Amino acid sequence: MFWKISLFIILAFVSIAGIAFPIVPVPHTWYEFPLIPGLKENAKIIFFHVPTAWLSSIAFLMSTLYSIKYLRKKNLDDDAKSYAAAQLGIIFCILATITGAVWAKFAWGSYWSWDPRQTSIFALLLIYGAWFALRSSIESEEKRATLSAVYSIIAFLTVPFFVFIMPRIMIGLHPGAESIEGGKVVQTASPVVNFKMNGNMLAIFFLSLIGFTILYFWMWTIGYKSILIKEKINKQSIQE
Amino acid sequence: MNTKAYALYKKDLYSELRTRYAINALVMFIIVAISVILFSIGNEKISQNLTSGLFWVVIFFSAMSGLARAFVSEEERGTSLTLHLIAAPSTIFSGKLLFNLILVFCMNIIIAILYAALFDSFVINNFALFVVSFILGNIGIAASSTIIAAIISKAGAKGTLYPVLSFPILLPLILTVVQLTLLSNQGANFGDAKFELAIVFCYDVIMLTGSYLLFDFVWKD
Amino acid sequence: MSNFSIKAVDLSKYFGRRLIFKNLNFEFENCGIMGISGANGSGKSTLVKIIAGIISPSSGKIIHSNGESEIIYEKLHNYIGFVSPYLVLYEEFSAWENLEYFAEIRDVKFNREKIEYLLNKLLLFDRKGDMVKTYSSGMKQRLKFIFALMHSPMFVILDEPTSNLDSAGKDAVFQIIEEESKSSIVIIASNEESDLKLCSKEIKLEDFKNSK
Repeated sequence: MFWKISLFIILAFVSIAGIAFPIVPVPHTWYEFPLIPGLKENAKIIFFHVPTAWLSSIAFLMSTLYSIKYLRKKNLDDDAKSYAAAQLGIIFCILATITGAVWAKFAWGSYWSWDPRQTSIFALLLIYGAWFALRSSIESEEKRATLSAVYSIIAFLTVPFFVFIMPRIMIGLHPGAESIEGGKVVQTASPVVNFKMNGNMLAIFFLSLIGFTILYFWMWTIGYKSILIKEKINKQSIQE
Repeated sequence: MNTKAYALYKKDLYSELRTRYAINALVMFIIVAISVILFSIGNEKISQNLTSGLFWVVIFFSAMSGLARAFVSEEERGTSLTLHLIAAPSTIFSGKLLFNLILVFCMNIIIAILYAALFDSFVINNFALFVVSFILGNIGIAASSTIIAAIISKAGAKGTLYPVLSFPILLPLILTVVQLTLLSNQGANFGDAKFELAIVFCYDVIMLTGSYLLFDFVWKD
Repeated sequence: MSNFSIKAVDLSKYFGRRLIFKNLNFEFENCGIMGISGANGSGKSTLVKIIAGIISPSSGKIIHSNGESEIIYEKLHNYIGFVSPYLVLYEEFSAWENLEYFAEIRDVKFNREKIEYLLNKLLLFDRKGDMVKTYSSGMKQRLKFIFALMHSPMFVILDEPTSNLDSAGKDAVFQIIEEESKSSIVIIASNEESDLKLCSKEIKLEDFKNSK
């Protein structure tokens, strides 16, 4: 109970601080954020957008890890865990895409411009979508678990390619983005290259990241437990 | 091991020649896809960037219409149990991969010839670079689509699911080979393209080993 | 003659979370005929598929061994002959072509004498050049016996061997089973009294159902 209350306090504080703290050219007190040239008030999205993007990758990673575990042990509970992680993953992935697109409208002038990270999250959305489409088309539980596990591992194998090739093919627009030109890392012509946060901004950013991660694990635990309970009820109703 | 995979390939080849399960539809598909593009372009002069992209779009969708055959035909006719009884999973995967490789190469060579003949702006200036990237790209497409074909053959709604599952997996490969085709059209030398070539090569190796290792799980119920 | 044995250790199978059978143990050595009986839907086909290595058990294992050494999964398929109503051969090839391809893919010698003997025995010799799709279901069933026995397997697994067969076909099949059982292990899963009469040992799947 204690950690649930502290999680509530953390997230409430992050929400208030992230939205309400003013941005000033030269911060004097602890509740003022520095002005970042080119971003202005838009910079505040970092407290909500980055955690969602982070969690969609964490969920993908966890889903793959439980897939590997399922293939090794053939325990259907692992499949339920993988499924619960992916369910949350697709929600956070959609949230990250939408918050990012809305932000991009104001910062870059258009909702979508195929920036490397936009392309990567789009690919992640496609992978999640394909994964759920695959699961819904298989009747038998074991086969569904095995085939979706294999697919998520194969999809996971493509991740390094997105990390390496995207910056090479497309121009990075994201704040702090770097682009690889002929093997050398260079700063791109994005509007904001010099992205620096001061101490209190970083503190709130990490607090937000931690808060959202705890929230994710809490939701995930509830998610897979509810799947297991649902299966148990189904089984009982069949037997009766 | 290799002779067994080759025997399986030969069985598939003769079965294909006798039933025409994939070939006829595939050839028609290529013709239809290319003519749709030609109609939509009309008399416009399109850029090299667009032609090299469209080239791989045609290849992707042709692959999606034909490559699922290797496993789907066995599953639909109920002969996968028979295959189970006569060969080890590694043999089956190698044989089917060989069949798909040959099919991809035949299909893509036809597409490349038609494309070069019909599109004015598709001019290859560095032929060696084009051939190398074409070969590496074909191997990658065959490797990924073979394991995805094995997955969807066990699922329902096979036809629609195949491109849906394959696209995210093939996306990094296609983005890179489009870039490589563009480079070879512009006459870049190998030095300029070594990064992309390395990416495609790594993709091929990772997908071949990954799908070879994972095939056991897909195949054994 | 042979020194082959088949052994099941604590074999259990669930489909999803539904129990099919549990704690199944048996051992069978050298040669002879073993029967598996059980009502429809009791898991006979599941058990024979596990024995043939087509599907894996949920827990426990099945050990095929040659003398002291265990036969590994990658090699197992060449020691097994399998007949069942749900087995399908390639319809676009003739019976003879089917058998030729199977020998080639298995990488075993194409045993012409044995195949011709079996074709004669099962009254298929005159039709060996016809496409399998022109065959009746009884003829297909008889062809499956040739498919199962052409590579002289040590474990012959027959799931409902006499389904779709007329009485002449049944007699031929029973004779073949008798012959095979002299040199290899034959496992029959069936409900037919006449099939189970041949068996020297019988497993009743009903005995392995209690979930407690």
